[in-house]
Amino acid sequence: MSAIEMRTGGTPAERLAIAEVVLHHAEAAGATEAEVLVIAEDAALTRFANSEIHQNVAEANVRVSLRFVRGKRVGVAATGRTDEEALRRLAETAGRISDLVEETADWTGLPDPGPIRLVDGAFAAGTATASPELRAEGVRAVIAAADAASVTAYGSFATTVETVAVANSRGIRAAEARTSSQLITVSMGPEKGTGYAEAAAVDATTIDAAALGREAAETAQRSAQPVPLEPGDYPVVLAEYAVVDILDMLGYLGFSALAVEEGRSFYEPGKRIGSDLVSIRDDARDPAGLPASFDYEGVACEPVALVDAGVCRDVVWDSATAARAGRRSTGHGLPAPNPYGPFPIHAQMAAGTTPRAELVRGLKRGLFVTRFHYTNPVHPKLAVITGMTRDGTFLVEDGEIVGPVRNLRYTMSYLDALAAVEAVSSERRLLKGFLGGVLVPAVRLSSWRFTGTTGSD
Amino acid sequence: MREITDRALDTARARGATYADVRVVRRLEESIDVKTGTLAGVSTNESEGFGVRVLVDGAWGFAASHVLTTAEADRVAAQAVRIARASATALRRPVVLDGRPPAHGRFETPVAEDPFAVPLEVKIGDLLAADAAMRRVGGIAFTDSTYGAQREWKTFAATDGSYTEQVITHVGSGIEANAVDGDELQRRSFPDSGGGWQGAGYEYIRSLGLAANAERVATESVQLLSAPKLPPGRRTIVLHPSQLYLQVHESCGHPTELDRVFGTEASYAGTSFLTTDKLDSGFRYGSELIDIVADATAPGGMGTFGWDDEGVAAQAVPLVEAGRFTGYLSSRETAPRIGRESGGAMRADGWNRIPLIRMTNINLLPKPGMSFDEIIADTDDGLLLAHNRSWSIDDRRLNFQFATELAYEIKGGKLGQLYRNATYTGITPEFWGSCDAVADASSYVMLGTPNCGKGEPPQTGHVGHACSGARFRNVQVGVMK
Repeated sequence: MSAIEMRTGGTPAERLAIAEVVLHHAEAAGATEAEVLVIAEDAALTRFANSEIHQNVAEANVRVSLRFVRGKRVGVAATGRTDEEALRRLAETAGRISDLVEETADWTGLPDPGPIRLVDGAFAAGTATASPELRAEGVRAVIAAADAASVTAYGSFATTVETVAVANSRGIRAAEARTSSQLITVSMGPEKGTGYAEAAAVDATTIDAAALGREAAETAQRSAQPVPLEPGDYPVVLAEYAVVDILDMLGYLGFSALAVEEGRSFYEPGKRIGSDLVSIRDDARDPAGLPASFDYEGVACEPVALVDAGVCRDVVWDSATAARAGRRSTGHGLPAPNPYGPFPIHAQMAAGTTPRAELVRGLKRGLFVTRFHYTNPVHPKLAVITGMTRDGTFLVEDGEIVGPVRNLRYTMSYLDALAAVEAVSSERRLLKGFLGGVLVPAVRLSSWRFTGTTGSD
Repeated sequence: MREITDRALDTARARGATYADVRVVRRLEESIDVKTGTLAGVSTNESEGFGVRVLVDGAWGFAASHVLTTAEADRVAAQAVRIARASATALRRPVVLDGRPPAHGRFETPVAEDPFAVPLEVKIGDLLAADAAMRRVGGIAFTDSTYGAQREWKTFAATDGSYTEQVITHVGSGIEANAVDGDELQRRSFPDSGGGWQGAGYEYIRSLGLAANAERVATESVQLLSAPKLPPGRRTIVLHPSQLYLQVHESCGHPTELDRVFGTEASYAGTSFLTTDKLDSGFRYGSELIDIVADATAPGGMGTFGWDDEGVAAQAVPLVEAGRFTGYLSSRETAPRIGRESGGAMRADGWNRIPLIRMTNINLLPKPGMSFDEIIADTDDGLLLAHNRSWSIDDRRLNFQFATELAYEIKGGKLGQLYRNATYTGITPEFWGSCDAVADASSYVMLGTPNCGKGEPPQTGHVGHACSGARFRNVQVGVMK
């Protein structure tokens, strides 16, 4: 079997053809408007633990969803089947739902077509043809690095081809194949030392598995025999793996037009929430990320400045929130039905001017945090989050890492965190966020509130 | 169906698999969401496909497809074998399965009123009525009322001759009122922050009394805006079942998953402090009042089934007995490593995912003695905490922090002052060791969560938790500034 036969595939044009069939059925069933979204996925993931592959999976999957509109009544149905009978039944089901529901009073209609310029660099053949042997080779490189450092390797290597097609009755026709890959690894040493490394890429063959293995293994070696540290307020350097959680959480809690509309967001235009060093934007078209040309409503993705030099500038919009506000969607709609509203899938924080290695040197006494674990909002509107540090937390004195400390719990407003940013690294990493690729630097903050520590066991 | 399963197993065997199993799953889902009086979404989703899991040279491979044909069964089984051979290139401990007998039979969730047969307009009407009742309370900013149902038709077959068929139905619904004042946002939910969920039919939704509780819930969310923040300190706390079930989930359910103990979830969810030496030594997990069981036979639980996704029959496995740690959630691969047989906890999130060790129904058993109300009456100075608002726990399941929507002062056995933004934190065995009262069966209720995340690629599990409420002494509260 050749590598390419591992994919059951379907080109963007073939997926768009499915959407056309459903659209035809919907119109025949009396829809005044209709939107079809086809998401096909060929995904594989090789997982390893205790320095061996223990789970290794692949799937071919497709989801066809239909937003069926009759007047102002909207029904949504989805199916995982693509045979003619199933697609016809999909239209009937969504139509029946639309008959049963009451009118959506503020229904603003499906989005109109606009120009979509397909972005370069969203697809890589190296990922699309990635074989289990290629993933195993990457895993073996990570394990070899762990073996060399006398630690144990854990992690996963994933490769995905996602083909998205959108067609609606107003004329939107959009289709695109996107690839993504991600390798994560945790190293664990014999004396409670742990380390972490991660990379994401459009092209799986560009991921340097051995380097990631070495990075995690070295952190695990350095974090052996962690000592307890009294909780309290400390200056910190956050590695990129920790910063990604801040962007994700703020995107989820506040940088959404629906969150603002409902009064649950911290966002206010012109409000200062960060230091001058903090600029955050969403840019699906940036080839440095995991690019996409359009959202799940078939609207072209536009770059959005969320925070500019610490000041709130805008949020992301989908067609419904934009229409209610009398403006244009920025192309951040999620698949219908979507009670959560738009989401900044491709967030990125601007790089600074401080070399990454210099961040720690700027700490008189504080902590270096590799990553966060199990974070959750305690107070959504104030963006107060609790979570734990993990996989390498170090005490820093006079600009040098002096030793590892036990994991700490924090309860901290991420808005206060942005305000406390005093240095941003000049380098950035591409990591996987909640829903897409996130570009993040490492940062130094003047204060971080730690509220507890792990027990002695 | 036999044609697909036979073909997949035959091909896997012919290509070199020493063991193979196949699951063919059709899943039907329905969801309704009412937001602030508007029907925000009604949707149905159907998904079907099959997944083939094989052992080759002691290594696992798995492949899955949505195309249900014999030709695809050939392709997918061959792909699974190829993947397993790739796994074998980085293998240190060949997989050995326990020797469970072949499984045969049929299981169906008992359902009195088929949720998929109840007219959609009835279900929408029930949500709209509850939503309207919340919005009649002045000061409510937005509301959310949700309903969901899921049914799976699942066929399992394995090369040892096993063949089972199951039809599993879960339903859930809940309401949520939100009041906003400046930077303050207060949510109150009912019956639980994620809605009430059970393995049942629409009769369960009717039993929840959403509309009857809507006004009270909304009123509480408005009252919380002006309530004082919970001051920090070490307090006696009484946990209502609506919070206690999640405490059980996070601090007992997850750390007793034997795959976590063996490190196979280390890169994602983490490991566990309940290492196997603690099983051998009878580690004291909690006070003598603590009996926790993983019961896949419990009525109404979302972790109730006939067989797990390895064909192991549903059973009740003690995890903690009289406060001593005595058992794990386990699989055919992990249980032999501690000299036991699988406890039947392997569950997959649909046809396209491998089974992982998951919670079934992790139940904190009630204790004769005091009812929940009598525990409150017996508490001289403490707090009643109810309805989860936030949760977090470290990667070994030791250091946890929860927030609750409601916190009432208890003084002299009576409920008093209402506090907002309540939090409490602790270390798992110390916390359970501080339990000095577990309520009797009169408040014992089956709850659960439909969104338990685990694994890579991510899987969402439906798990059940029954409990009655309990009291804990000397707990740190009021963590948030």
